[in-house]
Amino acid sequence: MNYETIIGLEVHAELLTASKLWCGCSTAFGNEPNTQVCPICLGLPGTLPVLNEKAVEYAVKAGLALGCRIAEWSRFDRKQYFYPDLPKAYQISQYDLPLCREGRVVITVDGLSREVGILRVHLEEEAGKLVHSGESLHGSEYSLVDYNRGGIPLIEIVTAPDLRSPEEARIFLERLRTVLRYIGVSDCKMEEGSLRCDANVNLRIKDEEGEYRTPIVEIKNLNSFRAVERALTYEVRRQVDEFMEKGRPPAGTDLSRTKVTAGWNEALGRTYVQRQKELADDYRYFPDPDLPPVVLSSEQVEKWRAELPELPEEKESRFRREYGLPAYDAAVLTASRAVADLFEETARLTGDAKMVSNWVMGEVFRLLKGAGDDLEQALRHCSITPAALAELLLFVKNERINANSGKEVLEEMYRTGKAATQIIAEKGLEQISGRDQLAGLVAEVIAAHPGVVEDIKNGKKAAIGFLVGQVMKATKGKANPKLVNELITQSLS
Amino acid sequence: MGAITRRQVEHVARLARLELTEEEIDLFTTQLGDILKWVDKLQELDTTDVEPTAHTIPLRNVMRKDEVKPSWPKEEILKNASDEHNGFFRVPRILEEE
Ligand SMILES: [Zn+2]
Repeated sequence: MNYETIIGLEVHAELLTASKLWCGCSTAFGNEPNTQVCPICLGLPGTLPVLNEKAVEYAVKAGLALGCRIAEWSRFDRKQYFYPDLPKAYQISQYDLPLCREGRVVITVDGLSREVGILRVHLEEEAGKLVHSGESLHGSEYSLVDYNRGGIPLIEIVTAPDLRSPEEARIFLERLRTVLRYIGVSDCKMEEGSLRCDANVNLRIKDEEGEYRTPIVEIKNLNSFRAVERALTYEVRRQVDEFMEKGRPPAGTDLSRTKVTAGWNEALGRTYVQRQKELADDYRYFPDPDLPPVVLSSEQVEKWRAELPELPEEKESRFRREYGLPAYDAAVLTASRAVADLFEETARLTGDAKMVSNWVMGEVFRLLKGAGDDLEQALRHCSITPAALAELLLFVKNERINANSGKEVLEEMYRTGKAATQIIAEKGLEQISGRDQLAGLVAEVIAAHPGVVEDIKNGKKAAIGFLVGQVMKATKGKANPKLVNELITQSLS
Repeated sequence: MGAITRRQVEHVARLARLELTEEEIDLFTTQLGDILKWVDKLQELDTTDVEPTAHTIPLRNVMRKDEVKPSWPKEEILKNASDEHNGFFRVPRILEEE
């Protein structure tokens, strides 16, 4: 059996505005429930929403960074459904006139470039948060609602069904996060829910009977990169198995209502079919009469385009050109803007890009990965700044400490936030590089090993290493091994 | 045949969570049908050169600065809740999982 996997994603990203989309309530995360709520975001009668201009700017900038066309005319529509996290019983969203359409994102999979189409980017409001008391929904009699999140601006990004594997879906999502973070419109923290993903997946199966498409399954609310890849992998497997077992549905089966909504159970590692919300797809969209249309001039759009920072694709090729980095290193270093900035600024301060890229991709990443999968978050919350890292690397570069001591110092810097100079002084790690300091010691070691000296004089050059080792041992590893080697060779010639 | 069927009225009522009696369904089928017939009449107008209108007031780009204003005290907000628990709105449980 021959099949192709077809995946499309709907991604929701909260925008980094200070206030909500329609009112002045704060968007801050993690405060006491229902303390960031007013009659507007609670949808009380007689209130009127007023659009936050920053949210429009951020949504358009996201569209521009994703290569979209920006609509000259755009408007807001009401999407009607009943759910307790939605106090108005409708969500203000955009239906047929979204702010941005028809973009593209280039991803690299196994060293090859793939283009993923973006169908649309639209602006809408976030719902409140349902907290279920008790362990499972079944056990609890009530649900609790916190409306602090309700009304925070969101962008919904819809891809074309261009993704061909669960791995591609994850790589696309990581790329999207990189782009949104570069332009500073969303912090994209999946663990806090500011980036969420629904994935649509089905298979195009080809066998001797011809082509058949399995029903599309939409997996809702995937909240980690791992979950996206795992859930899709599971679902592809399940659809293959189902087809092997049941084959095609009988001729004449109505396939118009076969789209299935599923959830993902992380603990059990499987998808499950959600009880169909009755007629949930009948949202009866209509233009929101409270909100006048948004009309954007091309001057305004071009002004926002000019404000966009260097995007990851551009930065990656510049790093290859300017610093002579291999393709892989350039891609890894530009996958997060904070990492790219750390690399570039430290390279400027030390004048040694090659050394900095090795240290950042090696030792710095190793430390950051201990704090979780999100390198950018880990880096922003630690004390490794370009100035601090450059100070340490200059010690290594100038051979004032050796590379092993450098790793030890970096770990201590990361753990305690102390400066390299201080740690090196406290631990006495600085190399002994003074000729006068070492000359006496070298003479002592030579005098104590006449046999070895004889071997060297008879042509057994490798034995010098033994004498160097004796000096290093006597200085507890602090001597500069290159200099010791030089001094021994000199005194024996 | 009328402009709207009984079935459609029942469907719309269900979406709006309205429980209608048989008599009400009959009444609304007639009344909504009359309204739709009247709208059909408007369709006869030639609107070739008229731009579509989503809003009756000629406004555009009504926006505010991104500034945080004080929210309402939690006590005031929760006054409107039919039920409350530990600062949350309490609602009948939602069943959606497997
Ligand atoms: Zn509010």
